[in-house]
Formats: sequence, C-alpha cells, structure tokens
Amino acid sequence: MTTEADQAGPEQLHPITLRVNGVVYTVSVPGRRLLSDCLRHDLGLTGTHVGCEHGVCGACTVLLDGEPVRSCLMLALGAARHEVTTVEGLRRPDGSLHPVQQAFRECHGLQCGYCTPGFLTTVAAFLANQPDPSEPEAREAIAGNLCRCTGYQNIVASVLRAAELARAERTNAEPDGAEPDGADRRGQECP
Amino acid sequence: MKPSPFVYHAPTSVDEALHTLGEVGGDGKVLAGGQSLLPILNMRLAAPGHLVDINGIAELATVAVDRHGVRVGALARHAEVERHAGARAVVPLLGQALRLVAHPVIRNRGTTVGSLAHADPSGELTAVLALLGGSVECARSDRRREVPAAEFFLGPLECCLEPGEMALSAWFPAPAPRTGTAFVELARRHGDYAVAGLAAAVTLDDAGRVAQARAAYVSVAPTPLVLDLTEAVAGQQVDEAHWAAAGELAATRCDPEPDIHASANYRRHLVRVLTARGLAEAAGRARQAEAPPGEAA
Repeated sequence: MTTEADQAGPEQLHPITLRVNGVVYTVSVPGRRLLSDCLRHDLGLTGTHVGCEHGVCGACTVLLDGEPVRSCLMLALGAARHEVTTVEGLRRPDGSLHPVQQAFRECHGLQCGYCTPGFLTTVAAFLANQPDPSEPEAREAIAGNLCRCTGYQNIVASVLRAAELARAERTNAEPDGAEPDGADRRGQECP
Repeated sequence: MKPSPFVYHAPTSVDEALHTLGEVGGDGKVLAGGQSLLPILNMRLAAPGHLVDINGIAELATVAVDRHGVRVGALARHAEVERHAGARAVVPLLGQALRLVAHPVIRNRGTTVGSLAHADPSGELTAVLALLGGSVECARSDRRREVPAAEFFLGPLECCLEPGEMALSAWFPAPAPRTGTAFVELARRHGDYAVAGLAAAVTLDDAGRVAQARAAYVSVAPTPLVLDLTEAVAGQQVDEAHWAAAGELAATRCDPEPDIHASANYRRHLVRVLTARGLAEAAGRARQAEAPPGEAA
C-alpha cells in the first residue's frame, strides 16, 4: 500500500532537543524514529540495547523522568519534554559504579550482558521506590525483563545486594551517621 | 522492526487534535501511551499515514473523582490511576485490576483509556468498564457522545470509534452500596496476558445476604462477557454461599475459544474455578465495607 507519506518523498525531519543523562542534544529525526534508535544511532549512546523491539524483553528500558519505560515503545519526539537516563547515566559523577552495577558485578548477575542495561535501569528505579525489598518483591520487580543466560537466580541476588549497598551508602552519607570507615559490614557477601 | 513512515502531528489542544483527525480520517491513528500501538507499528501490522500524538494535550492527563465514580482522561497513565488513592477508594476495582495489567514499566506509559480503545479481549480494563456499566466519552470535530460499555466493544481489537473520532475519557461509576469487588485471573507469569480472568462484584442486602453476584470476563469471549450469576447464590450468607454453584453456572454460560495457550475446555474450567474464587473474595470485601467506618480494605 502506498501511503501519503511515501508519496511525499523524503521523510520530514523534526528538530528536537533531548536531555539525556544531563547532557542536552539537538538532533533532527523523522517522526517514526524510536527513542531506542535515536539514543543508539543519533546520539551514539549504545549502552541501551534493543532486543525484541515490541516491548516484551525489557532490554531497552531507560528512565524517563526517573521512571522506567521501554525506549522501543516510545517515539524519540515523545521524549523531548523529559529527562532521559540511560545505563550510561547510572555511573556516578566520580566514575564509580552505581550500587546496582556494583551488585551485578559482585553477584555475577550477568553473563553475556545483552539484557543487563535494561535490568540495571529497571532495578535502579525499583530500589529508589522500594529500598528494602523482600525476595518475592525483587523477583516481581524484574518480571518484565528477560534474560536467557543466568536463570535469574543471580539477578535476584544482585537486586537484594544492590539494596544493601544503597542502604549502606545512604548511612555513610549521613553527616552524623555511621563511621566513615564503613562500620556497616552487612552484606559483604551476595545474599 | 521499525514503523513505516507516517506524518507526525502533535496537537496541543483537543480541538486541534479533532480537527487533524477529521482531516486525515481513517488514515490517522491516535498515539497516547503507545504500549499497544507501538508494537503494532513496529511489527507493521498497521501502517497509518498519520499519527496524532496527544501527549502534548495536558487537559487530557486527568483523574477526576467524586462520590459517584472516577473519570479518567485519555492521557492518564495506568500507573497514575493505580496510585490515585481517591480513585482506588471510590472504585476499588480499578486498583484491583490495574496491578494485573502488564508490568509496572508498561503501566508507567500505557493509558487506561488507550487500553479500552485498543479493545483487546484480554485487557483487564475492558472487563472493569463492562462490569461497572461505565462509558467512554468519544469526540469528533462535529460531535461528542458518551458510549456505554455494552456498545463500545464490538469485537477483538475493535471498538465503536469511527474515523476522525477519539476517546477523550472513560467513566468508571462507583459500585452500589454494600458491594465488594475483586479481579482474579490466571496468567502463565504475573504481567502476561491472562489465559482467563474476571472482574467480580457482589452486593449484599441489609441482612448481609447476597443480593446480587455478577462477573465480567477477559480472554473468554471476543468482547468482555458480563454474566449475572445471582440466581446461584441469591439470599445466601457470605460464609455459606455456594460460590462453586455460581462457577458452574458461569461455565455453562460461556463459550470460550481454544488457542495455543489453552483449550476451550481448560478455559471453561478456569471460568468455573476463578468465578467461585473471585465472587468469594468480592463478597468478603462487601462484608468488610459494610462494617462500621474505619477499616474497609
């Protein structure tokens, strides 16, 4: 079927300003450009992975104003008014790993790593709302993300470990909190 | 896969959106949350020439609650409705159903009205609207109409919206006094499409006996199937009611289709079991709601 859009020749480009990981980008994209493709192809932020491209696998999950969304189910144009955080943006300003990244590393929460960016963003947002999840809650939190390597056990352990790390980080950050040398020795092992 | 090319429109008012939709007619699709539309576009199951993105129309991002019910605007996300304490209090069935709609990540973008317009026979909200006797406000540039749930859903993925028309809001009326509700479903994994499920509502009389028992089903019929099962349990006390008999009755009144996930017989079995479970849960809540103010779940 020939649509009106086909007959119109080259696709119309829309200039947009995107704010991703605190950096402002200006790009021109066709209306049909998916946010996932815009991040990867137009902005070169290839940390966001594209798996199924219809919202099932969760690999492309990014944060939109802090809330996890599927970047393959959004048009790039739709992200223009929002703050986007990709896996690249989880890293701390000093270059150290986010507690979720640290936990996945410690607990072997990844093997091939393809699904990992989606898990990291999903779990980071989950722990921001639920800092002390039970194991069933941790399992449900990742129910929308597929991993074909790990069998999920180490990912669940990573979620719980990340919660521990984040709690310890908050405790240490409090001015009158625990001793700076990390008196909190909880969870030196993966759960 | 990627969507095929389309002309992108981003109206900033309802009038502008309706004007654009009127011009492009049947070649236009409305983009709200996109959690059903984008997969369809990505897989090129549909290739509309025009996409009318209503995400810039702030007046549609509303959840309005009064004691009669909840009016959900076309841009209100599932997650917003789910978190809305006032909406959950007046129409508890909304919260009971929404926690079963896909995964939280999808609910952050997907809209309640959009899932009604999508009219998926497995969409939980379709059963909620049908059971409560709600309606959808549909608008065209020259006409507005409020369509009752019973007339809104025409078939699988088909609602009564005409070319140039869009759904502006949905009305979920509060259930009658002394009514409890529940949503139960069986899915392979939490968040997956239900193999079968139902919204249940039980109303008690002054003496705490069952006055009415109804259910609306998903994944059982092409459109949400509403059954009045009162005759199986009328006049019975909540603790002694024959919910299983209501389940039997429901099983005889449905005619589910087989697919790769379940045979027709298995679906009918689920209707039997889940109906009994859902009605009992709803009746328990009806009794709680009846109790003196203070502790109603």
